[in-house]
Amino acid sequence: MDDHLLVIFPHPDDEAFGVSGTIAQHTKKGLPVTYICLTLGQMGRNMGNPPFATRESLSLIRQKELEDACAAVGIQDLRQFGFRDKTVEFEDEKFLADQFLAVIDEVKPTRIITFYPGYSVHPDHEATARAVVRAVGSMPEMDRPELLCVAFAKNSEADLGAPHVVTDISDVFEEKMNCIKAHRSQTQWLVDSVDKDPAMLAWVKNERFWRYPF
Amino acid sequence: MIGISYTLFKNLNYNKYIYSALECEDMQLIQTNEVQETLDQLIGKELYLHLETTNGAYANHNNESVLTVNAYIRNGKVTPLSGKIMGSGPYRVGLKIELGWIYAEGLTHWEIDSEGRLLMAGHDAEGRLAVALQLSSSPFDV
Ligand SMILES: [Zn+2]
Repeated sequence: MDDHLLVIFPHPDDEAFGVSGTIAQHTKKGLPVTYICLTLGQMGRNMGNPPFATRESLSLIRQKELEDACAAVGIQDLRQFGFRDKTVEFEDEKFLADQFLAVIDEVKPTRIITFYPGYSVHPDHEATARAVVRAVGSMPEMDRPELLCVAFAKNSEADLGAPHVVTDISDVFEEKMNCIKAHRSQTQWLVDSVDKDPAMLAWVKNERFWRYPF
Repeated sequence: MIGISYTLFKNLNYNKYIYSALECEDMQLIQTNEVQETLDQLIGKELYLHLETTNGAYANHNNESVLTVNAYIRNGKVTPLSGKIMGSGPYRVGLKIELGWIYAEGLTHWEIDSEGRLLMAGHDAEGRLAVALQLSSSPFDV
């Protein structure tokens, strides 16, 4: 059986900062990655100064950025679920979980990466994480893929302890930076700070995950 | 204009300075007389409204003394009875409707896009959208 990685996030660029190195390492081994991206990040705030985007053109820009970002790290299976930014938490949670289960059933991932519920700050992140946990939790224990979560709330380490998995992604640093840069409308600040700030560089070179305890 | 911007965008390298080349394809600094003329043409028409204000989903995460505040209406159906742009910049726009008002403060940029929609927005010094008021004769995408 192929070692299939399934990544589930609500916004284009959610994969870039914390997970794209892990994704690139996986695809470099010739292993499949499926990325479910729930929205287009249509309600993003960065429009540029002077503005390069409007509330209405941002979705077109971010669509292209997402496709470029996937290409940068070798993702060939991108599933866009067509929800609207900032509305994910108002969707029916079981409806979301069932949509995830359909994909899980299809691609049979060995590992799923999403946000950690309660520790991912943005309401769309939290809603996505809860629905993924619900989906995986509804599976018989022996069939469950490993669920790795990204947490970045300030109290993450205090509450959850040190990350269970820390992956050095130096070998795919270039691919990761290309993924981050592909989301150019949103990530200018990050690219600038990686160039200038050694702490930021170290942060980008390591990806941190907590295993979800069912 | 979206189409042109998008084509240009696809061919651009990652360079913030190149974004400025797109400025003419996107939003302009508000010229009150032009915005007022556009508002005047919308009076009495049945329109779709996008009204939004935000300080970002991470406002409180970045600074605990700040309240994260966001609100938007997408595709409210309205018929303005009158409309005015006021102030010396950033600007305020108020539209009278049958049973009340539509109001936005902090507007800095505007555009009539390729679909003929009036897009107005207020951006902070970092280029982040803080307020938007948009009117269209057909529904906005959801
Ligand atoms: Zn996000």
